[in-house]
Amino acid sequence: MIGLIGKKLGQTRVYDANGNAVCVTVVHAGPNRVLQVKSSEEADGYNAVQLGYDDQTKPERQPKPLRGHFEKQGGKSVKQVKEFRDYSLEVNTGDEVPVTIFEAGDYVDAIADTKGRGFQGVVKRWNFGGGPASHGQKGWFRRPGGIGACATPGWVVPGKKMPGHMGQESRTVQNLEVIQVREEDGVLLIKGAIPGSKGDYVVIRDAKKRPKAAKA
Amino acid sequence: MSQALFDKIESEQLRAEPLKFKVGDIVKVHTKVREGGKERVQVFQGIVLSIRGRGLNSTFTVRRISYGEGVEKIFPVNSPNVEKVEVERAGKVRRAKLNYLRKRIGKRATLVPEDKQRDPDQVEPLR
Repeated sequence: MIGLIGKKLGQTRVYDANGNAVCVTVVHAGPNRVLQVKSSEEADGYNAVQLGYDDQTKPERQPKPLRGHFEKQGGKSVKQVKEFRDYSLEVNTGDEVPVTIFEAGDYVDAIADTKGRGFQGVVKRWNFGGGPASHGQKGWFRRPGGIGACATPGWVVPGKKMPGHMGQESRTVQNLEVIQVREEDGVLLIKGAIPGSKGDYVVIRDAKKRPKAAKA
Repeated sequence: MSQALFDKIESEQLRAEPLKFKVGDIVKVHTKVREGGKERVQVFQGIVLSIRGRGLNSTFTVRRISYGEGVEKIFPVNSPNVEKVEVERAGKVRRAKLNYLRKRIGKRATLVPEDKQRDPDQVEPLR
């Protein structure tokens, strides 16, 4: 697996070779620093690479254990730390991973938190129909209706769809095409939409279900 | 930093030589059409009803009467498939959108007097 931590910057469109407009999400995925390499041969017990992104200019804001961790590999503080299992690139602690690990035409998965929507009712959260709007209806417009039967079974089924907090959950969008890789800006243009709002962190990894044609 | 980057990405998409025409002009729009692996040029002639948007998102609407039926096409100003736009006749109009022409039929729909004064080089290029 290869991957990067990035930041969603927004959306725009570009024209492809056939002159068709393609909607793209612009993701800043500038150099990620390798913080740690874990190996199954050592005490870690598994293979992984830990990447850091987004320099933290005020290291005193980071928790102390993390500061100690940064100290170990050069002292530079970052805001986001993520681990990638079975990284297929040969990297060492302190290396920088550039956007150029991806190229135009690759397929990637984007993992990010959706926009938070707060406490939402059942109509918005679960697409319930609500009540009828006319025919003398009063006060039964967006309510959930019945939530169970009577004495049998005498409880509400676990997992029943009810009002509650919506959004701000991790979501993965699979098989998005990389349209452009702009090395000088440290930016990827990825076809389609990616969860989250502008400025949110997003993990870009090669598509799990659409692996790159094996390179010699 | 972000907006500058978007401007940069978008300005790369803009056409090298901006189109020059105004609302009310009768234009010939040459578009590239791909059919069965072949590419040819299609021409759509009509009157420019409106120009809207800015930069990469700008489009213009061309209206013509085809076999007695009004037909409108909306073209992105900066699409590479719009090869060129020729101005057949410069129109003289007093508003930015000519949507009122849709309600008119026959000669009243074509009654946009020619602007003979206009120097084609003086037209502000579309961006």
